[in-house]
Amino acid sequence: MTAQRSLLRTFQRRSFPWAAPTCPTTIEPEPAEGTLGVDYDTSWSRRYPARLARAALLDWVSAPAVRLLAPQRIRGLDRIEMLSGPAIFAPNHVSHFDTVILLTSLPDHVRHRTVVAAGADYFFDKRWKAHLWSLTTAAIPIERTKVNRASADLAASLLAEGWSLIIYPEGGRSPDGWAQPFRGGAAYLSRRTGAPVVPVYLEGTREVLPKNARGLRHAATQVVFGTPISNVTGEDARRFSERIEQAVAELADETATDWWVARRRARAGSTPSLRGPDASPWRRRWELESRIGVPKRRDK
Amino acid sequence: MPRPGFVLEVDRSTPPTLFWYGERFRLERLPTGSRVIYAPEPHAPLADPDAAIASALDNPLGDSPPLSGLLRPGMRLTIAFDDVSLPLPPMKSPDVRGQVIEAVLDRAAAAGVDDVVLIAALALHRRMTDAELRHALGPRVYDAFAPHGFLTQHDAEDPDGIVHIGETDQGEDVELNRRAAESDLIVYVNINLVAMDGGHKSVATGLASYNSLRHHHNPATMVHSRSFMDQHRSELHSSNWRMGRLIAASGIKIFQIETTLNTNTFPEQFGFLQKREWEWTMKDRAGFLAASKALQHTPPKVARSIFHSIRAPHAMTSVQAGEVEAVHAVTTENVYAQQMVAVSGQTDILTMGLPYISPYNVNSIMNPILVACLGLGYFFNLYRGKPLVRQGGVVILSHPTPWAFHPVHHPSYIDFFEQVLSQTTDPVAMSTTFEESYARDPWYIHLYRTSNAYHGVHPFYMWYWCAHALDHLGQVIVVGGEPRAVRRLGFKPASTLADALEMASDTVGRDPSITHLHAPPLLLADVT
Repeated sequence: MTAQRSLLRTFQRRSFPWAAPTCPTTIEPEPAEGTLGVDYDTSWSRRYPARLARAALLDWVSAPAVRLLAPQRIRGLDRIEMLSGPAIFAPNHVSHFDTVILLTSLPDHVRHRTVVAAGADYFFDKRWKAHLWSLTTAAIPIERTKVNRASADLAASLLAEGWSLIIYPEGGRSPDGWAQPFRGGAAYLSRRTGAPVVPVYLEGTREVLPKNARGLRHAATQVVFGTPISNVTGEDARRFSERIEQAVAELADETATDWWVARRRARAGSTPSLRGPDASPWRRRWELESRIGVPKRRDK
Repeated sequence: MPRPGFVLEVDRSTPPTLFWYGERFRLERLPTGSRVIYAPEPHAPLADPDAAIASALDNPLGDSPPLSGLLRPGMRLTIAFDDVSLPLPPMKSPDVRGQVIEAVLDRAAAAGVDDVVLIAALALHRRMTDAELRHALGPRVYDAFAPHGFLTQHDAEDPDGIVHIGETDQGEDVELNRRAAESDLIVYVNINLVAMDGGHKSVATGLASYNSLRHHHNPATMVHSRSFMDQHRSELHSSNWRMGRLIAASGIKIFQIETTLNTNTFPEQFGFLQKREWEWTMKDRAGFLAASKALQHTPPKVARSIFHSIRAPHAMTSVQAGEVEAVHAVTTENVYAQQMVAVSGQTDILTMGLPYISPYNVNSIMNPILVACLGLGYFFNLYRGKPLVRQGGVVILSHPTPWAFHPVHHPSYIDFFEQVLSQTTDPVAMSTTFEESYARDPWYIHLYRTSNAYHGVHPFYMWYWCAHALDHLGQVIVVGGEPRAVRRLGFKPASTLADALEMASDTVGRDPSITHLHAPPLLLADVT
């Protein structure tokens, strides 16, 4: 008991150095060193001890949990079998659960050597969050609100080192389930490094973990990998980005209909847009649910 | 861009201040209105030290030709270098001495010089161990010279190894190491950790005999050195300069090489020791708590060995070579640039936390005499202009001051503490009554020459280093010191800083100004 009381007293001491120091009023505090956000150093999470821990977590915890909670149907793996080097996976983004679903759907040799581009302002704003996401998903910080050379340099250097990258071209989760315009990040990195872009369509994850939800729900999910595409000569990043968005839209169409219908619509230029109809919010919602065939219900 | 040093005025928001306490630390809350002097942050190291050394050797300062122009086949070349007392703590490999000496030897080899001897310029310090020599010089130099007897250590008591050069116009005997004096060229390799180091003091002190050293290592000289860090107001330096000029006039050629280090003093795990307390990160606080809690329960011997295994990440910031005085002028400016902190006005009470190491207890015990020397001889003298503490003020030291001595390194210190300090703490009285007998004692001389002992007279010199402070101060208090040992030194023991401040009020009144010297890392207060 004495030892316990001593331990308790130790943790109850809240003065310096147990607690953080206060700053003399005559001193203007130095700006905090950039150790969070885009400046957070994630290199530790790509060393073998962290990779081993992450592999164990993904294979022995996340994958079985996903199978129970959100059994996924994975299609198109044959399209990425021929990949011999790193690739940029560019999925649509509707839920935080997307990353878990996608990581557990990737082939083993790719999964354990893939990093995830994550918003520096959201996932790396606190130290514990930065540590957590770096360890569990190999997340790297990406500046979403402005162009940041450090973010791009880090992603490019990792691709050059043989790491694949998951980057959500929309830059954030969809607010209503329809896709947002694809930004140029994935296209830029592909042009810069020569790594092909694998379009990926994710479905059902919004039912598992909608935006702003507090808990997980059971729902079936689908992961569809498309044929890797590369930048063609003379194509700028904006055009390439549009092509990536089109490829994901074709995968969505393929999921809603079948491959043959989707191919014919693609050839005819009539693939339904990922962004949904230009209509009022309730109609967009109505259209979304009728399209992907999920039961209509209220989000809390 | 490293931040300059500065003076903090303590207010209610100021966190407790770190005080060194030997092999431990104390966090003390200084009264509101006290000042704390923080050292400048470490300057950037030289990007390419080898290129800088080569450039210095090939483009010397003053009227010296490039080193290669001074080397020729058949000549006698002596390379002298600073001993284990520099730098503090010992720097991590490679030591700059080894780097510089390799560059010198490269040129000597290219010039076909065969007769090369390396001499550790010990003066009256203890001989270095083989491991210390190997660390200072690097394995390539050590293995090339030591097995063949060409790596030697200066012996100030070798009757055949000392030569009398002459007398200065002040009647000071100049005696030097014979090998060095009879060489065609002496290359002296310095580490200028503080402004006091280097210049003519390198050869005139490092390679001298007792008969020569006694002319400037005495109470009168020390009292009139204000301070040792200001060459132009230091009688110690004036004497050495007279000797150096006599040496030059006698035809002895010296090619001086001086290096400066930054104040990156402690490795990363002890990073909190050189940071400002309010900037301690969680890692720093955890490091401090872990270290201080562990050290509270660590036997002193183990704690000592842990601390003495620290290798400082010092890095070279400049290297100069050529004629002694021209080189030293540039070096001193570089040291000042790294260490100088402007301080306005003196203080009634100066507090200092004394660390585990001084120049004379590397890999050894910090005995009470060295505690006094570090506090009153070195830290007190870290000023230019005026002393930090006013005439008649109080110095409060923080150190455990154990009654403990290293029997091999400091044999004469033991007797000095028992026999001399028990009778007098007056530097002048002890110099006239006791110094000669300790300096000429055959047993101490034997231990100095054959063992790893400091010379018999060395504890006197340590006490003389305190002479200026003892002459200047009204009282000296040691916080946390062993009372018997502290009283033997003539100081007053106090259990806590609050007690010490209360005791000091007898001398400086109830509302004194207080200044804390936040060192190490080393700084130099420019007091106006």
